[in-house]
Formats: sequence, structure tokens, C-alpha cells
Amino acid sequence: MSVRYRDISWRFLKVLHRDVVVAKRLWKVNFLVPLLEPAFYILAFGLGFRTLIGDVDYAGLKLTYVEFLAPALIASAVMWNSFFETTFGSFVRMYYQKTFDGILATPVSLEEIIVAEMVYAALRSTAAAAIMVAVLTPLGFVAFPACLLIPLVAFLGGMVFAAAGMIFTGAIPTIDMFNLPIFLFITPMFLFSSTFFPMTDVPVWGRVLSWATPLYHVVELTRGLALGAMDSDPWVSLAYLLIASIVLGDLALRSMKRRLVK
Amino acid sequence: MVKRYGAITAVKGVSFCVPRGEFFGLLGPNGAGKTSLIRMIYGFSPLSEGELLVFGKDIGTQWRYIRSRIGVCQQDNTLDPDLSVEQNLHVFAGYFNMKPAETRSRTDELLEFFALQHKRRSKVMDLSGGMARRLVLARALINNPELLILDEPTTGLDPQSRHQVWDRLGALRERGLSLLLTTHYMDEAASLCERLLIVDHGKALVEGSPQELIEEHAGRNIIEISPAPDGLLAFLEAKGAAYDDLGDRIVIYAGAESGLEETLRTRFCIDQCTIRPAGLEDVFLRLTGRGLRE
Repeated sequence: MSVRYRDISWRFLKVLHRDVVVAKRLWKVNFLVPLLEPAFYILAFGLGFRTLIGDVDYAGLKLTYVEFLAPALIASAVMWNSFFETTFGSFVRMYYQKTFDGILATPVSLEEIIVAEMVYAALRSTAAAAIMVAVLTPLGFVAFPACLLIPLVAFLGGMVFAAAGMIFTGAIPTIDMFNLPIFLFITPMFLFSSTFFPMTDVPVWGRVLSWATPLYHVVELTRGLALGAMDSDPWVSLAYLLIASIVLGDLALRSMKRRLVK
Repeated sequence: MVKRYGAITAVKGVSFCVPRGEFFGLLGPNGAGKTSLIRMIYGFSPLSEGELLVFGKDIGTQWRYIRSRIGVCQQDNTLDPDLSVEQNLHVFAGYFNMKPAETRSRTDELLEFFALQHKRRSKVMDLSGGMARRLVLARALINNPELLILDEPTTGLDPQSRHQVWDRLGALRERGLSLLLTTHYMDEAASLCERLLIVDHGKALVEGSPQELIEEHAGRNIIEISPAPDGLLAFLEAKGAAYDDLGDRIVIYAGAESGLEETLRTRFCIDQCTIRPAGLEDVFLRLTGRGLRE
């Protein structure tokens, strides 16, 4: 089944509204994680690792390890939130709750449902990033007012990971199999995309691999906005994320149409 | 309409027409192609071949127009478990672009019509089977549809709930609604539908009003004799009578004209013998066979 872009209208907002109504019922739980997670990391790395790890040189700045790490925590929260939403979240709605089947009896297209699911996932990333910025800015880890642009980066990055998750949701037979993309893609990205260490001392092949991942670009942009300096060109990273969201978004629509249109 | 799934052809060319205001029933055993037909009609599955017009418009291109004027009650429970009873209706109204004031008044109306006002704020998970089914029906009617499509609406309900659903559907008939229904319950089909289509193996077998179908395919009365006395089968063959031999039991379809009923009663009703009016179930079993399907 081919994707019909002319079937995508503003009606997708109605499906998005549904997800937001549900999220409002669970908002206390949903907001606790982005609120506490950076606090835990900063305590662990700030108190625990401080004596083991020296200062970090990044983009001409001399940073403590926690200063280097803090923006990357926001970027990885962007990844985890949207990828989880369009994998586990969307799969449950699609397969167990039959929510999509119900909606497909109304004047809403499958394309609109999938777009809404991805936008909702990206908005979750945005909300998580905004909360983390609100926690980290007063602590001095994120620069004001440039940090106000971080949620925008979070939305764009969120769309990329949401689309990636949706591709798997359209393809996997059972929900347990999401462990595979998480183990093969998400965890390595979390560890190796300039999140925990700068890429300057890494061999070229490592730098290339890291550059190729979307998380690297979200980390770089977040770090650039948080610290006021970055190792790479922000426009390249923005272009990368924009192109990736369009290409992966199209693949996600194809994948879900193949699965659901019978 | 033709529907293929890979190498399997689920619907092998079925045609029918439902005039506005009619209650039309699709009957058939499991796997006959009923749900495939229904899904094509509301634009969930694309047709493999053929043409399908709803309200005179093509489902392939005008699906949004068509879906905004129909209500669908699917076989699976597709209620949103994350939302309350009221929210289920409100969110669904949003998909039809209904205005907030209209949504509120329609929700109140439907909750009352289906006796669910006291469950307004309940979670869907906490509803009984009958209440959940009524909520599915209420949700399918939120947009005031001209055509209601019901895929096995009362499966799994107790008799009280089934009768309540039928009662509500009867009330909707008075308001001029058209209905397309699939069911396994012959009493449901006979009491609700003005016209029926029996399908099997993806093909249409017969079409007509319940009464016409019974008269034509099951006769007036059914005589069941068990065990078969000597000479019965030979007698039936000689008379050219319609019957099914079930081994321990013979089912004979007796028409009004032949006097067959009288002869059987006097000559062959020795041990176990039942005479009863023919029903839709007899038509169904006779046309689709008695073997299990799954």
C-alpha cells in the first residue's frame, strides 16, 4: 500500500488531542522521570565520579565533567521519550487496544493517525527537555536565554526518533522484540554519540560512526545552546535532523501502512 | 466486490444493493467473508477488484465523505481503555470535527438512549460486557449517521442485553436509519432485518426477506425423525423430498403442498419425532452445510 500524502490534513490534530487527553490523566507520573533523572545523574557524576574524572576540553572550553554531561542528558531524554512512545506506546494502542481500528471507522486517515502518533511522541520529548532545562538552568548547567531554543531542538530530534520507532512498530511481530532495536541502536547511541565523552580523542572511524547517528546531532545542538559553543557546525546538524525526520517519517508511514492496510 | 489477501481470495465477487432506510443482514459461517465485505464498505480495506458506491460515492476516492456519514460498530472492542465513558464519546466526536456544544448535547442524548448516564465517568474497563457493547453502539451513533454498520453487535451478550440492543435498534429504525448487520444469531437476523444475504466461501448464496428465504429453502415445517425407521429413506427418495441425513437423525423439509407431512406423521412417526415450523436456522444450515468451519 503506498502512502497517500494528500490524505494528511489538519484532522491529525484530533488524534493528537486524544493522546494529550490520556497524557493529562497520567501527567504526574510522566513528569516525575524528566524531573528526577537529571538530578540522579548529576548527583552520581558530581559527587561520585568527581575525583576520578578530570576536566574536559570541549570546543575550546574547560569544563567539569558534569558541565560536559548535563546537556547530553537532555538529548538522550529526547531519544528515549519519543522512541519509547512510538514503539511500546503505539504498539499497545495499535495491537492490544485496537485504538487505530476504532479511529479508522471515522473520517480520519491512517496517515493522519501515524503522523499524530509521531508528533505526540516528539511533544513528549519536548516536554521532557523543557522540564530538564527548567531544572538544569538554575543550577548553572545550561545558559539562559539560549536554553529556550532547546525544546525546539528536542521537537525536531524527537520527530527523528519517533519515526525510527514507528518503523519498527510497523515491522515487528510481537512487543518483546522491541528489545532488539533498543539493544542494537538505542543503547549504543546513548553510549557513543558524544554523550559521555568528547569525540576529540576518538579515532576517525569512531568519529564518523558517531557523526552518522541522529543522537550525535541532538547532543551537539543541545550542548551548543547550553554552553554557547560547540565542536561542529550547527547548520549541518540541523540539516541532518531535518532530512532524517523527513526520510524516516516517510519510511514509518510506509511501514505502518504495510502492516495495517489489509 | 472481490477481496484477495495474498493467495487467498476471501470475497469472490459478491454484489448487493441496500436501499436507504432498509435493515439489511449479512449471514454466513465463520470465514465466509462477511467481515471482509464490511471492512471494504467502510473503507478499512481497499477492494481488490470491483466497484463499491456508498451514498452514490466511490469509497476509494470519497472515503472521507462516506465515513463522516456512517457509524461503524466493529467486531473487536475498540473502545479506548485509557478514557472514561464520556471521554470516549467526546474524543470520537472530535474525529468527526463536531463542535463542542453539539458534542455535549449528542453525548447526553446517547448516554440516556443507551441507559449509561450513571456510568458517565466510569472507566471503560469497569463496564460489563453489555454496557461496553451499548457504549460501542452509542459511539457509532455520535455523528448522527445515515447508515449504521454493525459487525456481530450482540456476540457474547446475555439475553437481556441482546434484547435491549435490539430494542434500541428498533427505535432507530423509526428514525429512518439504514442498517447493515452481520450476525450469527438467526433470531437476531429474522427479527431485525427486512432483507438478508447469505454468503459462504466468499460467494453470495441467496438473497431475500427472512420469510421468503424460509419458504423457499426450508419449506413450511421441519420434521425430525430419529432413529430413521425402515423404508423412510426409500420413501423420501421416491417422493423427491428434501431432507438431510445426519446419521442418527433425519431432517425433512416439508413444503405446504405435497401432503408429505401427513404421510410421514402417520407412517413413520414411531419413536422420536418432532414437527416444528421451519426457521431461518434451517435455511442457513441447509445452504451452508453442517460441518464445522474452524
